[in-house]
Amino acid sequence: MKISVIEFPGSNCDHDAYEWPLRMFGKAPERVWYADRDLKRADLVIIPGGFSYGDYLRCGAMAARSPVMEEVVAHAKRGGYVIGICNGFQILCESGLLPGALLKNRTLTFLCLEVVLRCETTNAPFTASLRKGDLLRMPIAHGDGNYYCDEKTLRGLLDEERVAFRYVSPEGRVADEWNFNGSMDAIAGILSENRRVLGMMPHPERASEALLGSTDGAAILRSAAKAIDKNGKVEQNG
Amino acid sequence: MAEPKVTPELALAHGLNADEWERLCNILGRVPTYPELGIFSVMWSEHCSYKSSRIHLKKFPTSGPLVLQGPGENAGVVDIGDGWAVCFKMESHNHPSYIEPYQGAATGVGGILRDVFTMGARPIANLNGLFFGQPSHPKTPHLIKGVVAGIGDYGNCIGVPTVGGQVFFHPCYDGNILVNAFTLGLLRADKIFRGYASGVGNPVFYVGSKTGRDGIHGATMASAEFSDETEQKRPTVQVGDPFTEKLLLEACLELMEHDAIVGIQDMGAAGLTSSSFEMAGRAGSGIRIELDKVPMRETGMTPYEVLLSESQERMLIVAKAGAEESVKRVFTKWRLDAVVIGEVTDTGRAEIYWRGEKVVDMPVAPVSDQAPVYDRPQKEPSGLEERKRLDIEALRDCRNPEEALLRMMGSPNLCSRRWVYTQYDQSVRTNTVLGPGYDAALVRIKGTKKAVAMSLDVNPRYCRLDPYEGARLAVAEAARNVACTGARPLAITDCLNFGNPERESVMWEFARSVEGLASACRELDTPVVSGNVSFYNETNGEGIFPTPTVGMVGLLEDVGLRVQSFFEYAGDAVILLGRTRGHVEGSEYLSLIHGLEQGTPPPLDMAREKALLGLLQVLAKERLVHSMHDCSEGGLLVAVAECCLKPRGGDLGASISLQARGKRLDGLLFGEDASRVVASCSSESMQKIFDLARDRGLEATPIGTVIKERLQVLVDGQPMADISLRDLRARWEGGFPSLVSRV
Repeated sequence: MKISVIEFPGSNCDHDAYEWPLRMFGKAPERVWYADRDLKRADLVIIPGGFSYGDYLRCGAMAARSPVMEEVVAHAKRGGYVIGICNGFQILCESGLLPGALLKNRTLTFLCLEVVLRCETTNAPFTASLRKGDLLRMPIAHGDGNYYCDEKTLRGLLDEERVAFRYVSPEGRVADEWNFNGSMDAIAGILSENRRVLGMMPHPERASEALLGSTDGAAILRSAAKAIDKNGKVEQNG
Repeated sequence: MAEPKVTPELALAHGLNADEWERLCNILGRVPTYPELGIFSVMWSEHCSYKSSRIHLKKFPTSGPLVLQGPGENAGVVDIGDGWAVCFKMESHNHPSYIEPYQGAATGVGGILRDVFTMGARPIANLNGLFFGQPSHPKTPHLIKGVVAGIGDYGNCIGVPTVGGQVFFHPCYDGNILVNAFTLGLLRADKIFRGYASGVGNPVFYVGSKTGRDGIHGATMASAEFSDETEQKRPTVQVGDPFTEKLLLEACLELMEHDAIVGIQDMGAAGLTSSSFEMAGRAGSGIRIELDKVPMRETGMTPYEVLLSESQERMLIVAKAGAEESVKRVFTKWRLDAVVIGEVTDTGRAEIYWRGEKVVDMPVAPVSDQAPVYDRPQKEPSGLEERKRLDIEALRDCRNPEEALLRMMGSPNLCSRRWVYTQYDQSVRTNTVLGPGYDAALVRIKGTKKAVAMSLDVNPRYCRLDPYEGARLAVAEAARNVACTGARPLAITDCLNFGNPERESVMWEFARSVEGLASACRELDTPVVSGNVSFYNETNGEGIFPTPTVGMVGLLEDVGLRVQSFFEYAGDAVILLGRTRGHVEGSEYLSLIHGLEQGTPPPLDMAREKALLGLLQVLAKERLVHSMHDCSEGGLLVAVAECCLKPRGGDLGASISLQARGKRLDGLLFGEDASRVVASCSSESMQKIFDLARDRGLEATPIGTVIKERLQVLVDGQPMADISLRDLRARWEGGFPSLVSRV
């Protein structure tokens, strides 16, 4: 499996995303500068967190219109795999690869704390190795992570089992006080129709080392790697 | 706009007194031009020149085998071995944060980050010390919200985790809040960049944001008291743009990989003026600048305004001749301006041109480092002797320790800071091993087994009662917090926040505090490598308590040997290291329960403290303890309660049994005797710990057991408190939200 990490001006989790597969698999991913169009034959593209373009205009809006995102959209349409984390999730929504939007947290403040996620489907490369109902601990760190979409979209997400993760209590139940940012239906991460694009607000790359308090995030990348190797390489452009 | 005529009166309006006016006329041999007057006024402001503090700061120990860079540069640098070094500094942004809390605090973070990355270090951790007025003051909630959001938004955006700090409330800050921002960066020990403008003919680059009219005379504002007219000074506060700073950070670090830079310095307080004069001053060179080449974002700016602007996110770089193209290439990649605005000369003078006309021609050295130095008169504050006297026997002893403990745990100075730190990204860059809520923050150094521990501490109440002892206690507490993780304290940075130095009592407090810091740092072998002085924290003649914030940095050689602050296993023994005398004077308890701020701070025996710091490191190294937590504000019972409340949940309680041995209850339970630590360990380790403590002449006492669900306290067999952890946590967590929701 080949992985590329996109770097936008203002990305600040790019180092963390780069080290994520490096630490787990001992193999360095490629770095792709936002102004370039070469995804370097990636099977999996990681769009890292941060403040691309300083969150000016609207979180992720400007990055979604950068040259490299045209290539990411094409990659996804060819059946390529994409994970967008935090600002990466916002960029995926802004670029139309995922439905809905991320609004300001209901606290109206930035929130950085450890949350508990419940795995809502195993029908996706990123969760195939998990069990439905598995609980994962990892941090959130965002000001705009309050997932929102219209009724019809939500129904579609639910009917097609495209909600990947929900915010839950430590015991695994959905409850308002554990849905810190106020996301609709406690949604923390969603999948594309073909299930190969995942957007999530929490940071699995920050929870892949016992020293930092949790290794639960590693399961997502490990699952993706296994599925991608099994499904075969992604067809490349040209 | 026509320039005003330069007169002694105009100089006075610029904050220069008659002596200083005469001095500058003598240096020039003539009356200064208007831009020159502006330069003198900022370079000789208290903020930039340290004219009232300089003779005192000389008392600090500033060198040592590990110190690679002491005070005098943008930040200090300390060797941590294996070719790595850490660069750190703390700076105040007090005045701007009071006037405009969000931007004031944000640009405070921006400024300290630049001080660190200009040295060639990648910032890896931020901390901050915040001092607010009483929670019931009408401005306090607004100031807290603005400051916390400003710090968060800047650090979060640039991607540097905020991993710890201190929040303190006291009425003395009602009109003057303090915002002390600390940054630590990581660099190779042999790749330190400094602010030198050397090499005749080398180009001087202006890089980063464009220059506007914001922040003109910010440094001068920080060198005067507040009055009722302060509201008019709002335009002197700068506006931050963390996105540009992130680009500037990446561009500077990328350029530093090339062999292109001779010297580099942040344009901080007093902007282009201080950076160019200081860089030339350090190198003993001269500098020629064509001011109209500076990228500007406003039209019609005058040379005076360009020189004094404090627009943020700008740097001055002296590049190697011939390296111009690599500088431009890197900055173009990051879409930032990089313009040659002048060159280094050997004249020893600053010659500044505006559209071909020379508007400034001044000798560098007298301006940059021969500013006036004052040995201002000092006098012990009146009433201090009375304040230090407390007839403890006249006070009724604590009758209901349970109620007192709950009240203290929910009080502004002791309640959980979760409301604050959840607004800060604590984990970006994946290095944070111990974050906010622990005794010290612990950040690992990737590619090594090492980790760096950091803590900010000061108890202003102690400093008010005895500035010398208060400063020593601040150093000791910061060192103890660092050592509680198992790390060895290495060096400090400080932020010395005081009132108006032209008042004798303030100067006395300042001088005593500096002596206290200096002696403590000498005895603990932790030199002062950087720092900052902030005077004039006064409003209408009311000064703050002396507040010398200490930022201690320590090194843990093996992060696998770290110790955390909370009870880990039910059944563990709880032990108290250090001696309890029951010193309730000057304590949080005395202030909160009795409304008294009297007596002396707890006595500090530095030899004993040093022995304790050594013991803590050995206990960590030998893996003998499961937790260690400093016992300070709030005393023993508060320290034990804090050990129960874990940042990630899974609270564990304790059953504590103490012997009064004739001590008063308030002193036993809430006294703040120095040099004490609450630890937990398996019963098998206990004897070994007692032996190690005894070898060092230290007391170690078993005081109880870790249990589930409750905190129970017995004194001489009598029940004093029996609290469910749920209630304890509710009180502790409820404190802060209730204070910010008050409108």
